[in-house]
Amino acid sequence: MDNDRVDQIIDKHQGEASSLIQVLLDIQAENHWLPKETIERVSEKLQVPLTSIQHIATFYKAFSLVPKGRHEIHICMGTACHVRGATRVLDTVQDLTGINPGETDLDMKFSLETVNCLGCCALGPVMEIDGKTHGKMAPGETVDVLKSYE
Amino acid sequence: MPRINSPSELEKLRQDILSNRDPQKPCITLCSGSACHATGSGEVAASIEAEIEKQGLGAEVEVRKTGCHGFCERGPIIVNHPEETCYLQIKPEDAPEIVSQAVKEKGIVERLLYTDPNTDEKISRESEIPFYKNQKRLVFGSNGSIDPKSIDDYLAIGGYSALEKALFQMTPEQVLEEVKKSNLRGRGGGGFPTGRKWEESRNAPGDIKYVIVNADEGDPGAYMDRSLLEGNPHSVLEGLMIGAFAIGSTEGYIYVRQEYPLAVENLTIAIKQAEKYGFLGKSILGFDFDFTIKVHKGAGAFVCGESSALMTALEGRAGEPRPKYIHTAVKGVWDYPSVLNNVETWANVPLIINKGADWFTQIGTEKSKGTKIFSVVGKITNTGLVEVPMGMSLRDIIYEIGGGIPGGKKFKAVQTGGPSGGCIPENLLDLEVGYDELTKAGSMMGSGGMIVMDEDTCMVDVARYFIDFLTDESCGKCVPCREGLRQMLKVLTNITEGKGSEGDIELLEELSEVAKEASLCALGTSAPNPFLSTVRYFRDEYEAHIKEKRCPALSCKELIAYHIDPVKCQACMICSRKCPADAIDGGKKKIHIIDQEKCTKCGTCFEVCPPRFGAVNKISGEPVPSTIPEDERMITKKSPRKSK
Repeated sequence: MDNDRVDQIIDKHQGEASSLIQVLLDIQAENHWLPKETIERVSEKLQVPLTSIQHIATFYKAFSLVPKGRHEIHICMGTACHVRGATRVLDTVQDLTGINPGETDLDMKFSLETVNCLGCCALGPVMEIDGKTHGKMAPGETVDVLKSYE
Repeated sequence: MPRINSPSELEKLRQDILSNRDPQKPCITLCSGSACHATGSGEVAASIEAEIEKQGLGAEVEVRKTGCHGFCERGPIIVNHPEETCYLQIKPEDAPEIVSQAVKEKGIVERLLYTDPNTDEKISRESEIPFYKNQKRLVFGSNGSIDPKSIDDYLAIGGYSALEKALFQMTPEQVLEEVKKSNLRGRGGGGFPTGRKWEESRNAPGDIKYVIVNADEGDPGAYMDRSLLEGNPHSVLEGLMIGAFAIGSTEGYIYVRQEYPLAVENLTIAIKQAEKYGFLGKSILGFDFDFTIKVHKGAGAFVCGESSALMTALEGRAGEPRPKYIHTAVKGVWDYPSVLNNVETWANVPLIINKGADWFTQIGTEKSKGTKIFSVVGKITNTGLVEVPMGMSLRDIIYEIGGGIPGGKKFKAVQTGGPSGGCIPENLLDLEVGYDELTKAGSMMGSGGMIVMDEDTCMVDVARYFIDFLTDESCGKCVPCREGLRQMLKVLTNITEGKGSEGDIELLEELSEVAKEASLCALGTSAPNPFLSTVRYFRDEYEAHIKEKRCPALSCKELIAYHIDPVKCQACMICSRKCPADAIDGGKKKIHIIDQEKCTKCGTCFEVCPPRFGAVNKISGEPVPSTIPEDERMITKKSPRKSK
């Protein structure tokens, strides 16, 4: 993400330091992660120390300081999904991709995250890939769904 | 659209909107909430619209995409007005039939109606389906009939009349008195009396005051706030405006999770529309009252649902809670008095102002007034959002509305109040829901999540699950929460893995006591609840894990094994083909055997084995039977085999 775009986003939020989280969220949404140069630019423009930005970027779940894979897998670990067997789905995905939650595989194909509730409890257990919801997952179906992604 | 500058102009606008609407005109409402969206309501909407065009009915019928109808189990949902015929689990390919039969010929598409599982009777009217019939939908009721992106829809059902009443017929003191008299209590967690909070802020010194909507709905399994914001955002805005008027605030914030994109979108649209009409901005409705609202997206931290943490996050910092010797109502955002209420609480305010506190206090129990929206999820037949009067029994909610437990399983417990709540066992099912009743039972109201668990759910694992959740979400500021929960998680994980030892329960109790007494915020002080309530009602399960290394619910992976009964196995090869771990050895006419070394205990074989064979067993607390000798594995005769 180039500095012009970063500046645009900052201007959209009137360049106030209290909008820091909103600025970072917009960058994250567009770029899928927060590169070092970008947060340096934000720090400079908003006059917020880099350490504070890193505090925020590591405190909140929405931010990533590393690049993400082509497909982002979110596995719902909400209570409703949990009692319906979400752990089995997570285990299957981990076995298949070889990565743990929070990681990205070496060929940058999948990034895996667990989320606390997607609010689609009627469909549980739920797995979301790139925003598409796959409901009523069991280990077998999970394998089939993952295979359909390139 | 011109600004509205007086009550009479508002009334005129409302009449104009209503006169352009014919209540008898056919209208298809389609649930477009997040849950239905996930089941494909977007595609259904597109195909219905295309079909209406194709059949040339564009001018005669209206298609309205509404918010969540609540019956998420059967989504996507379509209701055909004015007959109020409700069609469930609609697929795009059903569109031609619905449009031609139901809309054009005013008939009924029988096969898409709700079928009562007890009587096999088809029910066509939405309000007569048992799921809806037993509810009292005051706050949530309009969700299914209005388009959340249209302020005119909200005005047509009497929207913003409470704001008008508050501004022109009441003083701020009278508004405050009315809310106090209503005994409305916070719908987000603690159940603090809303009126008292407002009064404290109103009386606090200073001219700058804030009102805030807490839409950081983090409890897993609870999504009523999202559905309200998505489906009826103006009702929340109106409540917030009335609150601001009562306490003397001119600026409001809505703290909403960024994980709720549709809620953010609909809110932003609603605020823009309200600004255009003059419900927000300077001199609202021509009255000497200025008010603006800003939306702040939360970046994902459960602790930010706590009032002081949320306010710190609003200031643009990491959302860590702070000590509350002085209430946030007096010293909140940037140290100014701030009233923070949950989405559902705010949405109750216009109702109270419109209909009066006396009407409101007639609903509910002595200490808990009004209705509450619950999300009934987990092992339940009718997953969805239900709004019931306070005081309804858990049994009625779970069985009458929720339809009971699916698959003929036995009810074990219901977990209420999110991660800070507790599990309520079967013998307390007749408990009436209310703030104090649930607290007495060792749980809490929380935001209204109700997770139903059946005999297959392990209560130790549930406690471990919640403590794991809270360990992860603990902000790390105070030691009892940060370190105490970590240790509790270690002990609980050991127990579920069969490494528990005598004294573990006592150790957990001790850790719980410290976390409860010494944590800084409510996240820590309530964190031990999931453990304390499960050990209170299900101590035998803990003991079975520790002493016998057995999981009575056959759920804890480390303590169970799958085994194929050689007598029952018909060598159909279904399980061996489906096994994701290639752990099943067998072939045509060759009895299957699970390689215990390779088995990941995912349970696929158990599920796919045809019920008429039922050859796969789940066992716990006993050794896996030894495998049959290789030469006895071939099935040769058709006659039933005998066990050795």
